Amino acid sequence: MFEKHGVPVLAAAIATTADEAEKAATDIGGKVVVKAQVKVGGRGKAGGVKLAENPQDAREKAGAILGMDIKGHTVRTVMIAAAAPIAAEYYLSILLDRSNRTFLVMASVSGGMDIEEVARTTPEKLAKIPVSAVDGISLAKAKEIVAAAAFPADVADQVVQVLLKLWDVFQGEDATLVEVNPLVKTNDGKIIALDGKVTLDENADFRQPDHQGLVDQDAENPLEAAAKEKGLNYVKLDGQVGIIGNGAGLVMSTLDVVAYAGEKHGGVRPANFLDIGGGASAQIMADGLSIILGDEDVKSVFVNVFGGITACDAVASGIVQALELLGPKATKPIVVRLDGNNVVEGRAILAKAAHPLVEQADTMDGAANRAAELAAK
Amino acid sequence: MSIFISDASKVIVQGMTGSEGTKHTRRMLASGTKIVGGVTPGKGGQVVDIDGHQLPVFNTVTEAMSATGANVSVVFVPPKFAKAAVIDAIDATMPLVVVITEGIPVHDSASFYAYSQTKGTTQIIGPNCPGLISPGKSNVGIIPADITGAGPIGLVSKSGTLTYQMMYELRDIGFSTAVGIGGDPVIGTTHIDCLRAFQDDPETTAIVMIGEIGGDAEERAAAFIAEYVTKPVVGYVAGFTAPEGKTMGHAGAIVSGSSGTAQGKKDALEAAGVKVGQTPSETARLLRAILGR
Repeated sequence: MFEKHGVPVLAAAIATTADEAEKAATDIGGKVVVKAQVKVGGRGKAGGVKLAENPQDAREKAGAILGMDIKGHTVRTVMIAAAAPIAAEYYLSILLDRSNRTFLVMASVSGGMDIEEVARTTPEKLAKIPVSAVDGISLAKAKEIVAAAAFPADVADQVVQVLLKLWDVFQGEDATLVEVNPLVKTNDGKIIALDGKVTLDENADFRQPDHQGLVDQDAENPLEAAAKEKGLNYVKLDGQVGIIGNGAGLVMSTLDVVAYAGEKHGGVRPANFLDIGGGASAQIMADGLSIILGDEDVKSVFVNVFGGITACDAVASGIVQALELLGPKATKPIVVRLDGNNVVEGRAILAKAAHPLVEQADTMDGAANRAAELAAK
Repeated sequence: MSIFISDASKVIVQGMTGSEGTKHTRRMLASGTKIVGGVTPGKGGQVVDIDGHQLPVFNTVTEAMSATGANVSVVFVPPKFAKAAVIDAIDATMPLVVVITEGIPVHDSASFYAYSQTKGTTQIIGPNCPGLISPGKSNVGIIPADITGAGPIGLVSKSGTLTYQMMYELRDIGFSTAVGIGGDPVIGTTHIDCLRAFQDDPETTAIVMIGEIGGDAEERAAAFIAEYVTKPVVGYVAGFTAPEGKTMGHAGAIVSGSSGTAQGKKDALEAAGVKVGQTPSETARLLRAILGR
């Protein structure tokens, strides 16, 4: 991504096997760095970054890093990059500053180490310069930033150019974070982005077709991947009560209420976040239920719907039809709490269907308690 | 009184001719909102019949305002075209723009928010929000109008369904205005803007503030309450069980490292004297105790 936008980087290649790593190191020549490609921070501390003296060494180091587990992420690819003799290390990032509802550049000539540590202990060494979302980073703005961060005169012009290109990455790729750490000056005075991190905005996927290819399918939880395929908003958690609800806020609240109720029932916890949204048709309900019932950890299910735009009778019909679609695959008790628009009709539909797995509760707290109790059995 | 909207609000619908726009125009009309027209570029000059209301369609917000005297716009335009629609409204100096659309790229919302700030004539609510309702007066957005009626409670929330849930819990008391400010990382109107307006609104006697994980809006709101708000405030925060680094439905609902946690928000609110409920129902009970109802 940096290369595409002209940000200066070292020669590097991606390898998924030790053989490929050796070949890449041979092509690059000299000493190389072998880095785990995972989407979490702290890989250096976890042993996921190693210096290799020669191609044979790169092969061994890659062999050790591939398959390693870093914070729950299995390493499936490594990057082989030329090891540059470094004269100085800096820090540079562009990010969305939520608090101030603007963009922000952070820059420091004390880079290379833990930037959060720099920010905490010596905040004066980390320059923070707001960037207007309307104006962006112009040449003049880039010069202002470089001066504010006190980059040395011999590299200032190069850093200005890097900053302009990083802005291209940030804006062009719809990123919410573009971080270069470290940005280095090599012994021959060149400025290079040695390592970086980019966070992308999924809302912009419709105009960023290239971003589809960046999803690490293997690293995703299989239930999350299956839910994504169905267009469901699902996050796997580590508890026993499956949750379905409508609206992100209500579902988050449902998880909390279940966790509190679970304290009285042997510490059972929510098994997932699943927001079926405003529509909640029978098909969406069936898709949601089948994902949750496919989770081996789930012992009971709590369906929590507040009928706003969607009427409760439509949701109730959806549940009944979903259970018909699932047939014998539905095996776990389901507690349903309906409230709001057409609640009387909705509850009557469920009562009439009298599915042996389904029971109703009048309140959210009561339903959470019952679902937790069933999961604890 | 009420905040931001009243029975004098004259509303245009940007994207009225789309399916969502038409559906919700019908619902807003049914709840008594004065809808005076719509804007769809390229369809100017048409007249749309929605449940017997003959609504003119305009190409731009400027045209719609001069023809109808509209002072509120509500946006149902799909994400791809939302930025252009909001910029159009800002250029027309529309006083209030309510952006319902979910899924707008944050570069676009940051851009139109910054643009509105440079112009200084438009307040934006949202994006990715249910809008706002002053029961019996005006309903701008998608909040169901039949949950409850007018009353003394002011409500501000990041979440749509939690807004509905809380209105339902307190339906016998009623609301001056309920505002859904949206769950995106960049939003136009904040908790603080609403708290200030409720404090200054003589009809509002107590305030419910609903927050969720992500960002520091609740912490800032807590500081503002300590400094400015004398009316009783009860709070609720969703997302205590949310794991770090996972987006929970709303694009802005994410715990990053130790920041944006529900516990941190609850602590900040309590330190400002706000009573915080553990569940929505308990929050409603706290408010009842304060009002003695």
